[in-house]
Amino acid sequence: MLGKTAAHIFWIFRYLERCENTARLINASHFISLTQKQNIANHWDSILNVAGNKKPFLSKYGAINKSAVINFTLRDKTNPSSVLSSIENARQNARIVRNNLTKELFETINETYLKLSEIFRRPINEKNLLNTLSIIRTKCQLTRGTLHGTMLRDDTYIFARMGSFIERADNTSRILDMKYYVLLPSAGFVGSTVDNAQWENILRSVSAYRSYNWLNEYEFNPSGICKYLILDERLPRSLIFCNQNIYENLIAISKYYNKNFRSLSRSEKFYEEMLNLTIEKVFEEGLHEFLVRYLKNLFTLATIIETDFRFYR
Amino acid sequence: MDGINLYKLYHFDEMFDDISKPHSCYMDYNEWLSCEEPRNLKKKQIEANEFFRKVGITFSVYGDLEEERIIPFDIIPRIISEKKWLAISKGIEQRVKALNYFLNDIYNQQEIIKAGILPLELIKNNDSFLNEMIGFTPPGGIYTHIVGIDLVRTPNDDFVVLEDNTRTPSGVSYMLENRQTMLQIFPELFDKIKIKNVTNYPLSLLQSLKECCSINKDSKKIIAILTPGPHNSAYFEHAFLADEMGVELIEGNDLKIKDKKVCMRTTQGYKPIDIIYRRVDDQFLDPLTFNPTSILGVPGLMDVYKSGNLILANAPGSGIADDKAIYSYIPDIINFYIGEKPLLKNVKTWRCSEKAHLKYVIDNLESLVIKEVHGSGGYGMLIGPKSTKKKIASFKKKILKNPNKYIAQPTLELSTVPVLTNKGLCSRHIDLRPFVLVSPNGIKITPGGLTRVALKDGSLVVNSSQGGGTKDTWVLEEF
Repeated sequence: MLGKTAAHIFWIFRYLERCENTARLINASHFISLTQKQNIANHWDSILNVAGNKKPFLSKYGAINKSAVINFTLRDKTNPSSVLSSIENARQNARIVRNNLTKELFETINETYLKLSEIFRRPINEKNLLNTLSIIRTKCQLTRGTLHGTMLRDDTYIFARMGSFIERADNTSRILDMKYYVLLPSAGFVGSTVDNAQWENILRSVSAYRSYNWLNEYEFNPSGICKYLILDERLPRSLIFCNQNIYENLIAISKYYNKNFRSLSRSEKFYEEMLNLTIEKVFEEGLHEFLVRYLKNLFTLATIIETDFRFYR
Repeated sequence: MDGINLYKLYHFDEMFDDISKPHSCYMDYNEWLSCEEPRNLKKKQIEANEFFRKVGITFSVYGDLEEERIIPFDIIPRIISEKKWLAISKGIEQRVKALNYFLNDIYNQQEIIKAGILPLELIKNNDSFLNEMIGFTPPGGIYTHIVGIDLVRTPNDDFVVLEDNTRTPSGVSYMLENRQTMLQIFPELFDKIKIKNVTNYPLSLLQSLKECCSINKDSKKIIAILTPGPHNSAYFEHAFLADEMGVELIEGNDLKIKDKKVCMRTTQGYKPIDIIYRRVDDQFLDPLTFNPTSILGVPGLMDVYKSGNLILANAPGSGIADDKAIYSYIPDIINFYIGEKPLLKNVKTWRCSEKAHLKYVIDNLESLVIKEVHGSGGYGMLIGPKSTKKKIASFKKKILKNPNKYIAQPTLELSTVPVLTNKGLCSRHIDLRPFVLVSPNGIKITPGGLTRVALKDGSLVVNSSQGGGTKDTWVLEEF
C-alpha cells in the first residue's frame, strides 16, 4: 500500500471521529443549557476552548452566544475544525483513495457528506439542532459500522483504526482539559448544583453519563469522573482505552509487515505508563499539567507513525 | 409515452425510421417504452441522477476549482444492432492496426515518408512527434494500447470516424457506470432484451497490459495507474479503473527512480513498478526530458523506459497518430500498411496548409467546421453555420495568419436519438466512442462504447466540458 494512501485513510477516520465528537460536545452543552439557568455562557465558551478557536470566533461574531457558537462549530467553513469542514476533508480524502475503500464504505462517507452539506446550507436553530446532531452521530457511526462490516482486515483497516483512536484520545483529553478547573478537588464546591451540571456535561460529552451512574450510583466527584474518563479500560472513550487500541493496532501492523517499528515501542511505553497510573498521581501532577503532557505524547506518537509508514516522505 | 408526435426528425434518427415506426433494433425497446407512464420515467431519471451523486461519479472542469459536477445521464439507451456493430468493429480493428504500424514506422524507418505518402513537414514541426522516441520500439511493438475512436453517423456515409484518440482517451468509466445505473433502475429491460456485456473491460485492460510484458512472463507484475491528481477532471475515472483492476493509483510525488526501476513509496519503503498505465500527458511525464517545470511526472522516467525496465501505456509520442493534421492521411495510412481500403470512412477534410484547400475553406467558412490541428475537447473551433458574421471574420484572420494550424470539415448531419425532457421525448445529436485494447496477442473492442449526447436542441457539441451528456450504449445479442 502506498504511504500516501495510508495517510489519507488515517485522516479520513480522524476527521470522522472529530465530527462525531463535536456533535456530542454540543449535544451535552445544549442539554445543560436547557436544564440549567446559571453560568450558561460558560458551557458555550468552553466549546470554543476545546478546539482552540475562541479568537477567530470572537473576531467574527464579537460576543459569545449559543446560536453563534453552534453555527460556528457546526457549519462555518472558515472554521477548519467545524463539522462541515471536517466532513468535507474526510470525503475529499476518501475520494482520493476510493480505490482502497469498499464501494459501500466510500458511498457511506459520500452520502454522509452530501447529507450534511445539505443540512448545513441553512442556519441551525433550536428546533432542528437535536435532529441535526443525531444525524451527524448516526451517520458517522454508520461509516464506522461499514468499515467493520465490509473492509478486509489488512493494513488499510489498521490505519483507519489508528486514525480513529488517536483522534478520540485527543478529543477526550481536550474535553477534560476545558473543564479541568471544575474537576480539581476542592472542598468548597462539592455538592453545589453548578458543579453537578458541569460534571454531567463532561460525562455526556463522551456518552458516559448513564454508564457512570450505573457503575457509581450517582456518586459524582471529580476524582471518580477523572478516573473513569482517563483510566477505565471498559469505557470506549477513555484515554487508556484509546492507548490500548492504538498499541494493539501497532502490534497488528508490525505482524502484518513482519517488522518492529519505532511507533510500536513508543506506544507500548505510552500504554504501560497509563497502566501504572493512578488518579492520585494525576492530581499530584496536576490535571491540566497531566493533560498537556498527554497531548504532547500523543502528538509525538502520531508523528512517529507518519514517519514509520512513509505517509509523506 | 405521449408527445411523440412532437418529436423532431433531423436527418438520421437512431430510434425512429419515421415518427410512427422504430428501426428494427429498437422494436423491443419501443414496445416496452410505449407502455411506460411518463411520470414513472421521470422518476427513474431522478433516480439515475441520485445514483450518480451517491456513487460520486463526478468530474471537475478546468478553471472551476470548487465545483464537482455529475455528467448528465439520459435513461433512453442508444441501441445498435449486432450486424451493424460487427461492421463497425471490423473497421475499428483495421484502423487501430494501421495506427500502430504507422507509429512503429514513423519512429523507425519512416517508409511512409520515403514513399512520398506523408509529407515530412507534418512530422518535423509537430509537437506530438517526440524525437526522444526515434529508434526505440516499445515492448511487443505496441505504441497505443488503449484507443478511443470517435464515430458519428451521417445520413449518406453511415458511421464515419471523426477523430482518433491514441493518447489517453477517457470516458470508459462512464460507459461502465452507465450500464451499472441502467441495470439498477431497469432490471426488467435486461430480462426482456439481450445485450452484449461490457463489464469485463477492466479485467481485459489488465490482461492486455500484462501481455505486453515479455520478460519473466510468469512472475507477478506490478501495475499502477499514473494520475495527475484529484484536481484532474478525469480523476474519478483513474480511481475507478485502479479500483476495478486492483492496482495502485499513483501520482508523480509517490515515485522515485531506484536501481534503474520506477519505484513507488509504500508504507514499507520504495517498491518497483513494471507497468504504468499513465493518464498524464507526454509533456509532463519526465521533467528531465520534457517540460522541466512539470511536477506530475518523475525525473528519469524516460531513461528507465528506454532501458526496457518499464512498460508505459500508451507509449510516449503515440499522440502523433491522432494529430488532426495526420487524420486526413489515415485512409492512405491504412492502404499503405495493410493494403486494404478503409472499412470506416473519414470525414471529408480540407487542409488549410494546402493552397487549393485554403481557398475553398476561406470562401466557404459559413458552412464549414474549422478545427485547430492540435486542439481537443471541442475548444478552439468554429462551427460556421452556428456562428455570427463577426466571429467568422475574426476566425478568417486567424486562419490566414497561420493556415498550417487549421483543418476544415463540412458541418456534419449527426444522427439523433431521443432523450427524455420535461416535454417528453426530444431528439438530440450524438456521437459514439468505442474503446479498444491492443496487446501483442490481439485487439479487443468492448461492444458499444460511450455515447455522448448534445443536450441542447440542434447543438452538435457533445463534450462533457461544454454541456454534453451520456447514454448507455447497447449492442444487441441477436444471433
